[in-house]
Amino acid sequence: MKPTDTRNPDHYHRVVDCQWGCPAHTNVPEYIRLIANGQYTESYLLNRKSNIFPGILGRTCDRPCEPVCRRVRLDGEPVAICRLKRVASDLRDDITGYLPTIPEKKNGKRIACIGAGCASLTVANDLLPLGYEVTIFEKLAKPGGLMWTNIPEFRLPAEVLWEEIDYILDMGVDLRLNHPIDSLAALLEEDYDAFFIGSGAPKGKELNIPGRWDADRIHIGIEWLESVRFGHIDSCGDRVLVIGVGNTAMDCCRTAQRLGASDVKVMARKTKPHFKASPWELEDAIEEQVEILENHSPSRFIVEDGKMKGMEFDLVTWHPGENGRLKAEVHGSKVIECDEVILAIGQDTAFPWIERDIGIDFNDWDMPIVDKTTFMTSVPGVFMGGDAAWGPENIIWGVEHGHQAAISIHAWCEGRPLTDRPPQEMNLISQKMGLHEWSYSNDYDEAQRVKMRHVDLQERFKRLDIEVEEGFDIEQTLTEVERCLNCDIQTEFEAHLCIECDACIDICPLDCLTITHNGPEEELTQRLTAPLLNYPDEPLFISEDLPQTGRIMVKDEDLCIHCGLCAERCPTAAWDMRQSDLLVPYAGLKAGDSHPSPLSVALGGPVVLAGAEIG
Amino acid sequence: MTYIKKPRIHHPALAKNRLGLTRRDYEGTMSTLCAGCGHDSITAAIIEAFWELEIAPHEVAKTSGIGCSGKTPTYFLKEAHGFNGVHGRMPSITTGAHAANRDLICIGVSGDGDSLSIGMGQFAHVVRRNVDMLYIIENNGVYGLTKGQFSASADVGSTAKRGQINREHPIDSVLLALNLGAGFVARSFSGDKEQLVPILKAGLRHRGFALIDIISPCVTFNDHRGSTKSYQYTRDNYNQLVYADFVPPAEEIAASYESGDARSVEMHDGSRIAFRKVPEDYDPTDRDAVYGYIRERQRAGEVATGLLYVEPAPEAGEEADFHGIQGTVAEPLADYPFEELCPGAEKLEELQGRFR
Repeated sequence: MKPTDTRNPDHYHRVVDCQWGCPAHTNVPEYIRLIANGQYTESYLLNRKSNIFPGILGRTCDRPCEPVCRRVRLDGEPVAICRLKRVASDLRDDITGYLPTIPEKKNGKRIACIGAGCASLTVANDLLPLGYEVTIFEKLAKPGGLMWTNIPEFRLPAEVLWEEIDYILDMGVDLRLNHPIDSLAALLEEDYDAFFIGSGAPKGKELNIPGRWDADRIHIGIEWLESVRFGHIDSCGDRVLVIGVGNTAMDCCRTAQRLGASDVKVMARKTKPHFKASPWELEDAIEEQVEILENHSPSRFIVEDGKMKGMEFDLVTWHPGENGRLKAEVHGSKVIECDEVILAIGQDTAFPWIERDIGIDFNDWDMPIVDKTTFMTSVPGVFMGGDAAWGPENIIWGVEHGHQAAISIHAWCEGRPLTDRPPQEMNLISQKMGLHEWSYSNDYDEAQRVKMRHVDLQERFKRLDIEVEEGFDIEQTLTEVERCLNCDIQTEFEAHLCIECDACIDICPLDCLTITHNGPEEELTQRLTAPLLNYPDEPLFISEDLPQTGRIMVKDEDLCIHCGLCAERCPTAAWDMRQSDLLVPYAGLKAGDSHPSPLSVALGGPVVLAGAEIG
Repeated sequence: MTYIKKPRIHHPALAKNRLGLTRRDYEGTMSTLCAGCGHDSITAAIIEAFWELEIAPHEVAKTSGIGCSGKTPTYFLKEAHGFNGVHGRMPSITTGAHAANRDLICIGVSGDGDSLSIGMGQFAHVVRRNVDMLYIIENNGVYGLTKGQFSASADVGSTAKRGQINREHPIDSVLLALNLGAGFVARSFSGDKEQLVPILKAGLRHRGFALIDIISPCVTFNDHRGSTKSYQYTRDNYNQLVYADFVPPAEEIAASYESGDARSVEMHDGSRIAFRKVPEDYDPTDRDAVYGYIRERQRAGEVATGLLYVEPAPEAGEEADFHGIQGTVAEPLADYPFEELCPGAEKLEELQGRFR
C-alpha cells in the first residue's frame, strides 16, 4: 500500500470523527478542552466561528457528531458534545467585543435573502463583515424561521434564540418582516447583485384519508406549533393523538401536554428502530408519560356532526418486501377516541412563488436543481440553501449551506469562478511539554456519559416556557469533558527515526499498531495486530519504509484513544503527539483567518487561540 | 509528570484463550525501564507465549536477580508467584522453588551481568543440575543500571557509548550452556517476535533446563555505532539459522514441513518442534556439530539465531532432569501435609538409628 500523506488535511480530519461528521466541521475536541480549562468565552467563540448559533445548537442540534464519536465504539456512549456546547454558551462572558467590525464603507454589492432562518442568517453573518448590504425578506412577524416557530420554548428559551439572532441582525441586516415574496420574477427585477433562497421546507405533509376535512380539530404539526408560538393557540383538547414519530411529533406531543392535554398518544406506523425522532427526544417524551403506540397505521378520522370523535387505525406488522422495503400486513383495526389530532408526518418545500418560466430548473419531484458545491440554481446569481434546497435537514446543515453559499456569492460578486473553492488547511503542532508530559489530559477516563438533569415533572408543565433541561453543573461538566479522547491530538509518525524496537506496538492498549512488510491492500489488512473492525470507514495510516528492515508501520486509526503512550515509549521520538488544527475558509477569509473585531483592533492584532484566530 | 498507566480498555475483538483470559490478563505493571528497551519487547513476547500456551498465571513462578533484567518479571503475569533475588542468585532461588513444588512452571529472567559475571557459578550449576526451568538472559552487553560499563558479553573491539574499546574476551552463554550439557539452547533477538515467541513456547514446554539468550539492545547506553548489541548491528548481522515452530500435542504438523526441508523433534508432553529452512548440513540435535557451527558463524561476523540445539525427549523413566536425578516423589513436596514432611524428632531418631 502507498504511504499515507498526513499533510493532506483530510487524513487527520477523518480521525476527528466528530468534526468530520459535523456538516460545519466544528472543532469539537478543542472547544471541549477550552471548557475543561474554564475558558467558556473562547469555547463559545470557537463554536461560533463554524456553527454561528452555539447556544441554540447546544440545545437543539441533531448532533451528527455524537453517533460517530469514537467513544461509542469503545464504551457504547458518545461524549455529550452537544450539551457541553450549551455549557460554553451558558457560562460565557459578553462576546460582542469579539464580533467582526462591520466596515462603514460598503462594497457596493447588495444581496437579497428570502426567509430569515438559519441559512439566510449565516449568509448575512459571513457577508456583512465584507461590506455587503444584506436584505432579508421574512413572511412572518419575527425572524428565526423554524428555529423560532417550531422549536418549543421548553427546549429553546426565547432569550437564547434572540440573543444569537441579534448578534447577526446588529451587524446591519436590512430585515423586512411581514414581507412574503410572492414572485421571484419580481424580486429578480430589483436591484440586487445576488439572491439567496433560504425559505425552508414550510409545508407540513397532509394525510388524505377519509374524514380529514370534516372537523377543525385536525392540525398540521408545524403550523400548529407556529400558532402556539405566536399565541394564537393556547389550549387543546383533553385527548390528543399525534400522528408520526419524528422530532416534530415529539415537540407536538410535549406541547399538547403543556396546553392542558391529559392523554397524549403518539401513533407510529412502524416499530421503534424505525422511529425518526432522535433518541434523546423520544426519551424526554416518554419521561413525560407520553404513550407511543407502534404498528398503528391510520385509516380514517371519525367525525360525528362535525365533532372529533376519534381515529381508526389498521393494526399492522411489517415484513421484508420485494425491493428491500418493508411491507405492511394488516391484522385488524382499532378505534382510538380523541378530541384533537396533530399530523406530524414530515414536511415539504413549497415554491408557488417561483415562476416556472424564469429559468430555474426543477426536477421530477418538483425540487429546484441546486449545485451541491456552489449552491447556485440554474439561474446565475440565484443561490439556494438550507431546507429549501434539498428538503428538511437540521439547523447545522442550514448553517453550513449558508457558509458555502456565502463563499459562492462573494466569488460571484467579484467575478471569480464559483467552482474554485478556497482549500481547507491544517496546522500540526507538537503537544510535547516534557519527557512524559503533554499539553492535554491524555489518561483514558472510564467515566460513563453524564446524565442530564431535568426540571421536576410537576414543575415543568406549569408554563410552556420552562426549559426542561437544566444543563450540566460544574461537576457534571468536569466529568464529561474528561471523556473526550482528544482525537485531534494525532499520533504523527516519522519513519526515518524509527529503530523498530517494538515499544509502541507493545504498549498500545488498543493494538492499533503493526510493523510488517508491505503488501497489497486485501492481504496486508488481514495480518494486522488486531482485526480491522471499521475499515475503510476509519482510515489506516501507512508509513514510508522503515530504515532498518524496510518494513512499514501500519496504524489502524479506528480505536486509537490518543493516550500518547506510543509517543511516550518511543526512544527516538519517531512518534509525536501533534494537534491537527483544521483551518476552514469562509467567505472572504483564507483558511484560519478572522475578521478584525473591536478587541483585535484594540489589541493590535488578531485574537489567536490554539493556532486559529477567533476574533 | 503525567506518566499514565496503560489504560485497562482493550480492543473489542481481543481474543480469549481456553481459560477465558485475554493477552492483557497476562500483563504486569507498567514498565519503568527506558523507552525502547529491548527488555520490554521480551516481556511482550513472554506475555504472548504464556497466553498462547494457555498457562494459568498462578501456576507460574517468575524469578530474577539484579539489574535491568531483574526488574522485568514485574511487568508480566502479575498473578504469578514471583521472587526478585540477590544479584546472580536467581538460579538458587528457582532451584529451591522447583524442589519444593515441581508442578510450578519456572521462568527465570536474568541478564548478561547477572548471569555471566556475578552469577556465573550459579548459572553453570543450574545448567548441570538440569532444573526444569526456562532461563532467559536479556543480553545487551552493558551494565545499564550503572550507566553503561562493558559487561562480560561485550565483544572484543566493540565500543562503549563514550568511545572506549573493549579488549576483554566475551563469555558466550550459548556456547557455555552447550558445554555444560544444557538440553535446550537458543539465541534470539528482542526485535523479532516472530522468531522469539515460538522459541519461548518450546522452552516453557521443554522438560529440563532451557536457555534462551536474547539480544536485547540497551537504547540508552549501547545502541550506537560501534556497538555489537545495537538494533542496527544485530539486524545487519542477523543470521536466522533455524526457524523453529512450536506445535502443541493436539495439532498435526502442517504438510509444508514434510517436504524434506523440515524435521521435527518430539518433546516429553507430545508437543513437537518443527524446524524449517535448516541448512542442509545442520543437525539441531547434534551438540558437537551445533557448537562448531555457531563458532564458524561467529568467525564470519554473524549472529546465529534460532532454536540452535534441542535434545529429543528421553524415554519414560530415563528423565535426567533435577527431580529425575534426585529421585524425588512425583507429588510436589509442597502438597504434603506438614506432619508427613516433618514427622518429628522420634522418627528422626529412628531413621538415624538405622545408620548406627
